[in-house]
Amino acid sequence: MNQAVIEQSLRGKRWRQFRGNRLAMCGAVVLALLVLVALAAPWLAPFDPHLGDLQHTRLLSPSAAHWAGTDEQGRDILSRLLFGARITLYIVGLVAVIAAPVGLVVGTIAGFAGGWVDTILMRVTDLFLAFPRLILALALAAALGPGIGNAVIAIALTAWPPYARLARAETLLYAKADFVRATRALGASPMRILLHHLMPAALPSLIVRVALDMAGIILTAAGLGFLGLGAQPPAPEWGAMIAGGRAFVLDQWWVAAAPGAAIFVVSMAFNLLGDGLRDVLDPKSAD
Amino acid sequence: MKTALRFALGTALTLLGLLAVTFFIGRVVPIDPALAVAGDRATEAQLAAVRESLGMNRPLVVQFGRYLRDVAHGDLGQSILTANPVSEDIARVFPATLELATAGIAIGVVLGVPLGVWAALRRGRAVDQAVRVTGLLGYSMPIFWLGMMALVLFYVRLGWVAGPGRIDLAYYYAVPRVTGLLVVDGLLAGNFAAVRSALAHLALPAVLLGYFSLAYVSRMTRSFMLAELKKEYVTAARGRGVSEARVVWRHALRNAAVPLVTVVALSYAGLLEGSVLTETVFSWPGLGQYITNALQNADMNAVLGGTLVVGSVFIVFNLIADLLYRVLDPRVR
Repeated sequence: MNQAVIEQSLRGKRWRQFRGNRLAMCGAVVLALLVLVALAAPWLAPFDPHLGDLQHTRLLSPSAAHWAGTDEQGRDILSRLLFGARITLYIVGLVAVIAAPVGLVVGTIAGFAGGWVDTILMRVTDLFLAFPRLILALALAAALGPGIGNAVIAIALTAWPPYARLARAETLLYAKADFVRATRALGASPMRILLHHLMPAALPSLIVRVALDMAGIILTAAGLGFLGLGAQPPAPEWGAMIAGGRAFVLDQWWVAAAPGAAIFVVSMAFNLLGDGLRDVLDPKSAD
Repeated sequence: MKTALRFALGTALTLLGLLAVTFFIGRVVPIDPALAVAGDRATEAQLAAVRESLGMNRPLVVQFGRYLRDVAHGDLGQSILTANPVSEDIARVFPATLELATAGIAIGVVLGVPLGVWAALRRGRAVDQAVRVTGLLGYSMPIFWLGMMALVLFYVRLGWVAGPGRIDLAYYYAVPRVTGLLVVDGLLAGNFAAVRSALAHLALPAVLLGYFSLAYVSRMTRSFMLAELKKEYVTAARGRGVSEARVVWRHALRNAAVPLVTVVALSYAGLLEGSVLTETVFSWPGLGQYITNALQNADMNAVLGGTLVVGSVFIVFNLIADLLYRVLDPRVR
């Protein structure tokens, strides 16, 4: 049997195993729905997410017309939740797109170069790992000024170190592998080995790790939004919506309850999906 | 000796890095500190004079040196919001956070360790699943949201606990401040009514933080115990006819306790950080609420001072965890 066939059957086995994990599939389905909702928000939302009727629909409890009730500005909460899915996906996606490559580059270079380059890069990484992430993100977001873009930068700056550690470990593993030695013997430049062989090799475990971190990123982003450092009003960011509902939580609890439930469902889905991916790709840690 | 030196050096470097980060964050703030001092009607000359007096036109390295010197002298600058030195403010609010986090970690360890052991013994059964679900819920819920909902349910609807704040207003000045921990100070003063009030306020936020640490502690206990129970000394002890309870609690747990200490220390540090959001929800007058208030009022000295303190505590806890690990496990020495 040649290598490609083995790999294909391994992939098939993993996919079957993943599909057999009902919880992980639940997570995947919820996330697929989230993407659909985000894409179709303008068509799904029954009302305008930014405009409310202050005279007639202020702080209504859930009803047939307003499934999740209305907020203090008379806006339909369900519509805001649907549009908020866009912001959540935007934040999570952007953090992953920034933090993962930074970690990948730092980690693979450190592992491949070795010596003092490795020492310096890993010292810096450990430094960031030793910091409390939430507080650092808060301070950064406060310094950069409130706003969704700055919140993304603040979270990404605190999210990359574990990825660098992981990418370095993977690189150390593969740098001695036969295919890398062979490539080097063929005269490939270090740059080429790094870009075409080591980075792609480190990618799969990095992706799992990012999937596992997504829930944490969502919670951090919601925390920043709650403290007023993330998306600014009237953007329907879920964390900010909870903060908005705080003043009325004693009597109109649904205003704060609904966005919190949305955050909970989505981060739970990411956790389930991440656990499932890890079980399939790294069976040793399944205990 | 050599390891001790390496530890000290590593910790010093990390602290220096933390200071560099807070210094850097203070530099990138879009608010011009000179403008904040001189006011926006100041002339160019006045602004220049203020910049000169703040040392802002010196090279960055010199400014960083001054910053280090100030921090070493306990000078974190002045808070715009309270007009007090930031270090004084933090000393005043820190005990409240310490009290809350300590109560939280106590709940997390006292419940989390036995739960984790139990789950490991009944692997794959109902208890195990329950522990897993508990953990999953804890990892997926925004703590500030759960806090708000718990407040509505247990304080407003059921009336089981006291509301936001640390103590009823009636006892506000009833207890002389000794340690700053209200429960301890109340006991020292013999004012049991005040202690009861403090505990009623502490219960809900402490249980909340305790839940989050329980989720982590029980999960880790479970996996450490599973690893230990597979080992040969456990089989040997069972073969010698040692009772199962003794095998589990005396033999296996004692060995699992070594890595657990690290987990608990990190979890404790994590609670200090988690208190930022919790304190905001419960109007708990600790470091977290102080930082949040400062954030919302662009009081950067207070924000950075608070960040520095939480960061240092974090680093020190990491160090303690490392050291304890070495003390408890002779193989690493």
